[in-house]
Amino acid sequence: MITLKEAMKLNKEELKEIVSDIKTRVQKSDINAYISLDEGFEGVPVAIKDNIQVKGWNVTCGSKILQGYVAPYDATVIVKMKEAGLAPFGRTNMDEFAMGSSTETSYYGKTLNPKDKSRVPGGSSGGSAAAVAAKEAIAALGSDTGGSIRQPAAFCGIVGMKPTYGRVSRYGLAAYGSSLDQIGPMTQNVEDAAILYDIISGYDPKDSTSARIENPGVSKSLNPDRKFKIGIVPSYIKDASSEVQKAYDKAISILQKEGHTIKEVSLMDARYDIASYYITAMAEASTNLSRYDGVRYGFRAESENLKQMYKKTRSEGFGEEVKRRILLGTFVLSSGYYDAYYIKAQKLRNLIKSEYEKVFSKVDLILSPVAPTVAFEFGSKKTPLEMYLSDVYTIGVNLSGLPAISLPVDEHQGLPVGLQFIAGAFEEQKLFDAALGLERALDSQN
Amino acid sequence: MEFEVVIGLEVHVQLNTKTKMFCSCPTSFAQRQNINTCPTCLALPGALPVVNSEAVKKAMMFGYAINAKINERSVFNRKNYFYPDLPKGYQISQFEIPIVENGYLFIDTQEEKRKIGITRAHLEEDAGKNIHEGAVSKVDLNRAGTPLLEIVSEPDIRSSDEAVAYLKKLHAIVRYLDISDANMQEGSFRCDANVSIRPKGDDRLYTRVEIKNLNSFRFIQKAIDYEVQRHIEAWEEGVYESEVVQETRLFDADRGVTKSMRGKEESADYRYFPDPDLLPVVIPQEFFEEASKIPELPDEKEERFIKEYGIGRYNAALIAGSKEMADFFEKMLSYGIDAKNAVSWLTVELAARLNKSGKDIVDSPVCAERLAKLVQRIEDKTISNKAAKDVLDYLFEHEAEVDEAIEKLGLKQISDAGAIAAIIDEILSANEDKVAEYKNGKEKLFGFFVGQVMKASKGKADPQLVNRLLKERLG
Repeated sequence: MITLKEAMKLNKEELKEIVSDIKTRVQKSDINAYISLDEGFEGVPVAIKDNIQVKGWNVTCGSKILQGYVAPYDATVIVKMKEAGLAPFGRTNMDEFAMGSSTETSYYGKTLNPKDKSRVPGGSSGGSAAAVAAKEAIAALGSDTGGSIRQPAAFCGIVGMKPTYGRVSRYGLAAYGSSLDQIGPMTQNVEDAAILYDIISGYDPKDSTSARIENPGVSKSLNPDRKFKIGIVPSYIKDASSEVQKAYDKAISILQKEGHTIKEVSLMDARYDIASYYITAMAEASTNLSRYDGVRYGFRAESENLKQMYKKTRSEGFGEEVKRRILLGTFVLSSGYYDAYYIKAQKLRNLIKSEYEKVFSKVDLILSPVAPTVAFEFGSKKTPLEMYLSDVYTIGVNLSGLPAISLPVDEHQGLPVGLQFIAGAFEEQKLFDAALGLERALDSQN
Repeated sequence: MEFEVVIGLEVHVQLNTKTKMFCSCPTSFAQRQNINTCPTCLALPGALPVVNSEAVKKAMMFGYAINAKINERSVFNRKNYFYPDLPKGYQISQFEIPIVENGYLFIDTQEEKRKIGITRAHLEEDAGKNIHEGAVSKVDLNRAGTPLLEIVSEPDIRSSDEAVAYLKKLHAIVRYLDISDANMQEGSFRCDANVSIRPKGDDRLYTRVEIKNLNSFRFIQKAIDYEVQRHIEAWEEGVYESEVVQETRLFDADRGVTKSMRGKEESADYRYFPDPDLLPVVIPQEFFEEASKIPELPDEKEERFIKEYGIGRYNAALIAGSKEMADFFEKMLSYGIDAKNAVSWLTVELAARLNKSGKDIVDSPVCAERLAKLVQRIEDKTISNKAAKDVLDYLFEHEAEVDEAIEKLGLKQISDAGAIAAIIDEILSANEDKVAEYKNGKEKLFGFFVGQVMKASKGKADPQLVNRLLKERLG
């Protein structure tokens, strides 16, 4: 598949051909990466996760409750993409309202991992990851609340990047956990990720949490030769599977060979990340999703009265996982439990954040696994908690608002293993430079 | 047993900003339903709120007006509940850290000025409106997201009279600041009352009942009086514990009673938490400078009226109590008329006519300039005080200049000494017998001569001149 960088040099006719190739491939494909091949714009086609608003499209967040809803406005990232000559093309599948790590909770069916169809593509941006990996998209946008860009990227063997919180406008991204959500690029390589990141990032007055700071861009000054002090977290690795540990060791030795300094650092036990993250995300989600009430748009269940209308609409419109998280989130915000859960989770979040800050006073970047295992088989996570625990390596980044990039480092029996670099807030340049350096070194090895 | 009444008031003031609290939709009147809406105030997926800085400044101005603490950093929270007129399923409001805290204002009671504490004033968004048409219910979201300032008093108010005095003062302050239209009928100034009683001398706060749906000063007074009476009767009959429970009651204006709306056991858990879409509001330094420049307020104006114009406290307070009235008054004075004349023609004559026709001062058919001109015509003796009342009646009904009206009504006073002297001579020669009686000491006949002269002049003769000239003639 042509890269984003190359595609941006093509003329209209050449792009038309690319689009029709993609269409053919998607039609022949059985991985269900797309919910629908919406189009209507001119430019380089980029696949869009189904929770990002594109004017005129039936954006559903992978949910029944938004069936038939047509977005009347463009998300800020879509406006920026169109200005840069990119065209939203196709809505990619996702866990319902981005709640999940496997894309199994979509109302529109599961997406298969193109590397092994018995396995999940990861989630929640599993459709975007699978589309890029299966050459059904040049590049895609995903959203990352607790690893939803990086983990599917790792599972499918592509590059996925989560920007610093506030770097990319959330205006037009249907909210899951507002204090955690960020839109980011999912691409075939690091340079494409940098290009797409540059296009979508920047201050947006429509998003009060958007960072009002200079945004010089990274793609024009990419430098794979820069040398960094890179932190590794030995205490983190012991719980990862052997293939992930192997990939981690491989990456460390390459980085050392490339002239980077490797330094052991320590972070708080990651199980605290899980507790703080799920309480925060579910609390925010429980009220973010209150607007889906059947009154103004989307699905409405026929009912006798108002109370029944709310109950039936939301019972029938939301899937199990979404309802579970709304219930848990409602619980942790309830009077009598608020201090014990929500407030404590926020205190913990501040601690986690300050731990990362301490580490970044000593090193430029942290190298970390993305997931404890390679892509797992459908139905292999027996309980919701098992699924939540698989997010252990990615959520600290969201709790701390940091940028991170996942890239494929190794393969195990045909299944990709991804690792991530994490940088300090707004240090995206370091992130991309190091990732590009590692990518180049890996390429020259093969 | 003697009881003390304890009242705290919550007032929702709709701020008169150009745009809504969290989006750029206009707050102006819309011809059609759901026209003043956008993705944000419709709560479409992905839409986000942005704080309206004009609303922040207006809230700050109110803070300065009530000598309150203005929090440089305040936090917006989500108040969660489901209702069709609440598009997001939560209202963005302020909870733990409001923008304004710890203020006070003074109210006039019969004996003294009393200080009433204001616990807090916080910014929030209004809901839309549900419209019920038979079996169909509709939702109009034009109002959804309009900025509100919720002003919460301390439980310092001791009677329904004080409650009304407090509300009138609050009303005057927001009108003076021009931060709200504060129209009670249209709902831009809404009040809920928290009422309880306690035995006199007891410091404890007893069970408090919240009364909603109070959209006029009169209803507020009646609702509080009714509720207080209900509590006292329950106490005296020994059923206070069972009859008076913490609950929300609605005032039924037609029957003059309050009715239970929902009990405490059903009270909602709003699950307040900081809105992650809005970072804490940190007020820029220049806002403090701008917002602190507030106009003269009712209390200051009252003092100035007393000092500058020498009018009494009662009238000064009456006029300063309404911005529109005060503006009208000062406009009148700008034409150089005597302040005391201005007071009586404004607060007695005009006020009575407005009252009778159910009009407000802002809709007065006679503007300040004309009323001042009328007073001028009394002062320069063109017309008598009595004739001026007829002129005002005429001006109230007809669009005309003062002099035109005087002319038309033929009420111009005769101040020409020669003309009056001629009338006097006529009267005296026609009543020679009475003149003789007068000269023989029957001095009370003087009034008879004045009356005859005035009658002959059809009331237009300047009475003072008539008196002087008659005295001269009769020696």
